[in-house]
Amino acid sequence: MDYILLAEQFFNGFQLGIILFLVAAGLTLIFGIMDLVNLAHGTLYMFGAFFAATFVQLTDSLVLGMILTLPAMLIAGLILELSVLRTLYERDHLDQVLATFGLIIFFNELFLIVWGAEGTGINLPPYLSGLITLPGGITVPDYRVVIIISGLLVAVLLYLLVSKTRIGMLIRAGASNREMVGALGINIKLLFTLVFGLGAVLAGFAGMIITPITQAESGMGEGMLILAFVVIVIGGIGSIKGAFIAAILTGLIDTMGRSFIDVALMSFMDSVAAETAGPAISSMLIYILMAVILAIKPSGLFPPKGA
Amino acid sequence: MSIQFLKTPRGIYNSLLILLCVFMPIIAPLIGQEFYTDVVARVMIVTIAAISLNFIMGYGGMISFGHAIFVGIGGYSVGILASHGIESAYIQWPVGILMSGLFALIIGAISLRTRGVYFIMITLAFAQMMYFLSVSVEKYGSDDGLTIDARSDFGLSFFDLNDAMTMYYTAFMLMVGCLYLNFRIVNSRFGRVLRAGKSNNERMATIGYPTFRYKLVAFVIAGMMCGLSGLLSANFEDFVSPDLLFWTFSGELIFMVVLGGMGTIMGPLGGAMIFLFLTEILSNITEAWHLIFGPFLILVVLFARGGVEGFLKKYEDPNG
Repeated sequence: MDYILLAEQFFNGFQLGIILFLVAAGLTLIFGIMDLVNLAHGTLYMFGAFFAATFVQLTDSLVLGMILTLPAMLIAGLILELSVLRTLYERDHLDQVLATFGLIIFFNELFLIVWGAEGTGINLPPYLSGLITLPGGITVPDYRVVIIISGLLVAVLLYLLVSKTRIGMLIRAGASNREMVGALGINIKLLFTLVFGLGAVLAGFAGMIITPITQAESGMGEGMLILAFVVIVIGGIGSIKGAFIAAILTGLIDTMGRSFIDVALMSFMDSVAAETAGPAISSMLIYILMAVILAIKPSGLFPPKGA
Repeated sequence: MSIQFLKTPRGIYNSLLILLCVFMPIIAPLIGQEFYTDVVARVMIVTIAAISLNFIMGYGGMISFGHAIFVGIGGYSVGILASHGIESAYIQWPVGILMSGLFALIIGAISLRTRGVYFIMITLAFAQMMYFLSVSVEKYGSDDGLTIDARSDFGLSFFDLNDAMTMYYTAFMLMVGCLYLNFRIVNSRFGRVLRAGKSNNERMATIGYPTFRYKLVAFVIAGMMCGLSGLLSANFEDFVSPDLLFWTFSGELIFMVVLGGMGTIMGPLGGAMIFLFLTEILSNITEAWHLIFGPFLILVVLFARGGVEGFLKKYEDPNG
């Protein structure tokens, strides 16, 4: 097996893992603290992509457009929370699933009408369209390095926010015992709104940084949402650390599986059979991983304490 | 069911639903809307899937967000066997139902180890796994789907699914059969244990009931019933595609159950009827019908939680 290809696929898998983490972190926080199953989290990811594309096209600057996207995401998240999602905290999971399913249907159609089926995108400026050559002849596109570094940076910031600040302390306290935090005089409604806004910004950030290499299109959020579900189920719902490890694991296994499984199969099958079975098995790999982990640890790798 | 019940609003509503199914092939040509017969045929087929979901969700408390997987397995059983030239119903139907049951056993055995929101997400993930599998296997049409050249062959001259009326009333009879089966199971000892497990799983376990096994059996029964819906769907449409397995269909099934009234015997039929006619009518009015449908769904969840059955029950007995 050729190691350059292996290294490049490793980078791609890592990048998918980072994006997945950004989506899953918000999802797991929102679930862990508000006990809200938010299917519309993928919609926020889509928001990020379209907001970024629109702002970049308007300002004609990648950096400026992306900087504008983040406060816009915060505002969108707050509006969504205050208008619909806030009424769902007291409801059971079934109601939450259905209502947020309704939100997905609505926004996918709305974005389809406004931007059309082909969606929109961001063209990378010349200074980010090159390749970086790493030692050993491995080439990585500049922009992928930007994604990985900025994603890791956000992950570190999130870690610092959750583990070192007062807000983070309240978030952790909220995740282990909501009522107690409220009883201690913390404005729990405000905390919920803030956490939702934070989750919206994280998902929007993920949608934003991926857009230059994919596209912003209606319905892009759902594939990501379901992968993020797999991630938080593997990682343990409510655990940021679990989400990070599971996201990287999922990203790597999915990407590497797609590129190498037919090679691996060919070592003991004839090539026609391997080419047929390859795509089928690789698309199922992460779900098999999830099933195996759940069969061993039903609450995921890092189940939240006290739950 | 007494005659008295038929005079209540719920009785009238449910009788109307059944009468509509029985007489639609006669009514539709009279009002010049022939395609309504097809819509009702689809309603009856989808109702079987909704009954199956209502059985585990409304009575067993298992919120499966991947129920479409069994419709897909039933449908693809017909499609795949037919593409290999096996058209006998006596092979296709048992294979479809047994495969659905087998998958339900495997998925249930893994998913039922978990609770609540984990269960929702895992069933969704399994359905998505099968969806990607159906998309990636080129031999069986990948995302273009699989056209079925001949409907299941029962080898009987007087019973041929290619005849539109035979197809229609087969779906009708099977739907009524499933409604009755559901009614019988729910009111049996088994059903009572299942319902008790929904309201308090710990208590049932403490009394000594193996609740996991009860739930798993219920899940397998539901899987097989849902597979039947898939078999009918494949025969009726002469076509199966990965859309049958797509997660939005699972979501729509949940919505139908809630819309009709979760945990009621006739709820799934009412829910499917309203849902399919509503989408039919809305999509004729505007291409962007999802813009109306999404908020409608949210409003139903927020303000009409008990569905139609719940609304009528309240109307009959405002204090109840």
